[in-house]
Amino acid sequence: MATTATVHAHAAPQGFIRKYIFSLDHKIIGLQYYFLALVAVFVGMFLSLLMRIHLIWPTAVLPLVGEIKPETYLSLLTMHGTIMVFFVLTTAPQSGFGNYFLPIQIGAPDMAFPVLNMLSFWTTFLAFVAMIAAFFVSGGAPLHGWTGYAPLSALPSAGPGEQLGADLWVISIAIFCVASLMGALNFITTLLDLRAKGMTLFRLPLTCWAWFVTAILALLAFGVLLSAGILLLLDRNLGTSFYVPLVVVNGTVMGHKGGSPLLWQHLFWFFGHPEVYIAILPGMGVASQVLSTFARKPIFGYKAMVYAIMAIGLLGFTVWGHHMFMSGMSPYSAFAFSIMTMAIGVPSAIKTFNWLGTLHKARIRFHSPMLFAIGFVSLFVSGGLSGPFLAQPVLDIPLHDTYFVVGHFHLIMGVAAIFGIFAATYYWFPKMFGRMMNESLGRIHFWVTLVGTYAIFMPMHYLGMAGHPRRYSQLTELAYLHDLIPVQQFMTYAAFITIGFQFVFVFNLFWSMFKGPKASDNPWEATTLEWTTATPPPHDNFGGHTPVVNHGPYEYSVPGAPRDYVMQTDPVTATAH
Amino acid sequence: MGLALLVVIWLITFFSTYFFAAKTWWLPHGASTSAPWIDHQFGLTYIAMGVVFVAAQGALGLFAWQYRDRGSASKVEYSHGNTKLEVLWTALTAILFIGLNLMGSKVWADERFEPAKADAIPVEVTGMQFAWYFRYAGNDGKFGGTNPKLVDPSAGSESAIGLDTSDPAAKDDVVVGTMYLPVNREVNLTLRAEDVIHSFFVPAMRFKQDAVPGLAIHMHFTPTETGDYEIACAELCGLGHYKMHGMLKVVSQDDFDKWLASREAEK
Repeated sequence: MATTATVHAHAAPQGFIRKYIFSLDHKIIGLQYYFLALVAVFVGMFLSLLMRIHLIWPTAVLPLVGEIKPETYLSLLTMHGTIMVFFVLTTAPQSGFGNYFLPIQIGAPDMAFPVLNMLSFWTTFLAFVAMIAAFFVSGGAPLHGWTGYAPLSALPSAGPGEQLGADLWVISIAIFCVASLMGALNFITTLLDLRAKGMTLFRLPLTCWAWFVTAILALLAFGVLLSAGILLLLDRNLGTSFYVPLVVVNGTVMGHKGGSPLLWQHLFWFFGHPEVYIAILPGMGVASQVLSTFARKPIFGYKAMVYAIMAIGLLGFTVWGHHMFMSGMSPYSAFAFSIMTMAIGVPSAIKTFNWLGTLHKARIRFHSPMLFAIGFVSLFVSGGLSGPFLAQPVLDIPLHDTYFVVGHFHLIMGVAAIFGIFAATYYWFPKMFGRMMNESLGRIHFWVTLVGTYAIFMPMHYLGMAGHPRRYSQLTELAYLHDLIPVQQFMTYAAFITIGFQFVFVFNLFWSMFKGPKASDNPWEATTLEWTTATPPPHDNFGGHTPVVNHGPYEYSVPGAPRDYVMQTDPVTATAH
Repeated sequence: MGLALLVVIWLITFFSTYFFAAKTWWLPHGASTSAPWIDHQFGLTYIAMGVVFVAAQGALGLFAWQYRDRGSASKVEYSHGNTKLEVLWTALTAILFIGLNLMGSKVWADERFEPAKADAIPVEVTGMQFAWYFRYAGNDGKFGGTNPKLVDPSAGSESAIGLDTSDPAAKDDVVVGTMYLPVNREVNLTLRAEDVIHSFFVPAMRFKQDAVPGLAIHMHFTPTETGDYEIACAELCGLGHYKMHGMLKVVSQDDFDKWLASREAEK
């Protein structure tokens, strides 16, 4: 670690472009990722609102958008899913906050490879531009869903949007994969090589453990998706037949022969399931960090939490087949995937128990970050407990590809992860911008979002039980859906209110950035290294010196200590350990 | 703030659980031999998960209120955890989850590891953008050949699946857009897809299986009540996905024989 200083001897840049645009500073790059995700989440949210409007007012003609046709609806859901999964849930918690705080929390002056870091952001940006461009080409955005099942995604003649729009969709995802691979390498190297003196692996904040395991998952998963995407491009444009057998589309025999539609599903979900954990693990790390800080109590079962993160990461690669119980895959393999899926529920349950254990006999301070962390736990429980239904192949017979699944993954992977992002934003905002966010606006935002997201996504489980298939643009054709329309209406109204109140958050964010009260270096009285340095941190993070770590990350309410927290850099005394 | 959290989290828990427990929306009426088994497994899982749900949310709300910061009156327990508790709840969760899984596996095995009975009626289901077609083998009990070059969806029925009429076995094949099945007799399904992946979903039969281009997937089930049941497509297949539906008419064996004979006569 002696080489740290020489590796990172890049001086603070002076010009605007090198400082804020093509910056090498991990903090600026983290913010770039964060604001990219902020733009993306509003695009994704807007698309979902259009979908919800179309579902209950199918003939409405909207300003700017016009009439939403069935194929438009499918384009909306494809782009909503893709943008949210890649450019929000993968981008903000890992690349955004991870970039900003992983180096600071381990006591490093920057990422291991600053130039690679800049490249991975701008590659991600390019991917986003390619994705958005799919809306504007002839034929529009693809309609094959974010999962892009072949042959639908492989045949330009299979529907509107499957021409140039679908090519752009695949190309964007491939570029995103390259960016994620670069980012993952950087995270892993940084965590392993650049830890400050005394920062042993078991003194790492749980956020760092989560980012580290997430980076390993990304390294192993995105490579597979990249390969799968290239094969899909070849099938689409060069007439190969990786995913397409002999098919007849609307009376025309296509030129393909001998490909396997299931191959795409295996490759996609080999990425796709670890991706779920890529989205949620950083949120779990943030929840742990925030719960411990505001409970004024050490995290319950630190080592169990670390092992649970590792177990989730490892098992995450053995469960992809649970997306395919109805696919025509061998029913024997369903047994194996099902048992592994139930097994991955165990470390997830351990984490929940430990969060509750952390709150037990605590002294809880209810600032906005804590509210969102508690909300995260509630949503994680609610979204998680529908998992054991779907993990059973026999229950997938009624539930697979219904709204039950949509409710499940939105609660656990969508909203819980978003609550992790909100908790992280309210928690680290003072450090990032040197000012405090407004507490009252934070509380309003929390209450409406908590109740609102439950009101949107909990009823989806009821729809799914009643057999409501997902991805239906109109509810008029199947007779048994008619009775369910009032539930859809309720969900749309809830979506309007919840989405409306997200502007309270955006206002709070930008207003506080310039007008919020000045923040001290450690406003939450927290223990980890980012709170030992100036607010906002200087270019090299610690102003020329390297911190020395003497304590574990969550030493709150230590008996005999002079205050109710012992920072990681505090000197060793007789009482603290 | 602690009290508000307790109230809101408990209210959310109450309303979520109420609509499950009151069965306001529930699995549709089941009319096949596997329906009672699947519904039983669903019920078991629902009770187990429901108890955990209420307990976890209840504790979360309670702790938020009970352990709110009350200034000097609050005593924090300085603890890094409890290994015995960790082992206990890990073991309990593992037993609960894996146990549930094993209980449900018998139904899965019965339906999928065993072939259809010898007297089961063979029906071929073909999905295409955006319709289902059903083929009956006729008196010879054999399906005739099909040829992709002969496929003409606009002509419907036999032409839609490209039936090769020069094949003698194809002469008495009947292809229709509405599925008829005799009650209490097993159906031996062959699922195919012409263009993209579709999924043959009959909620009342507790039946769902993807139809995949290039594969012939064999499945079986037994309807137990006469009546009309809707068939949906459960896999996104293109712009008309929402309207790719059909009807299953479960009738007595006599009515079924009469129906099939009249279809043969029409040819």
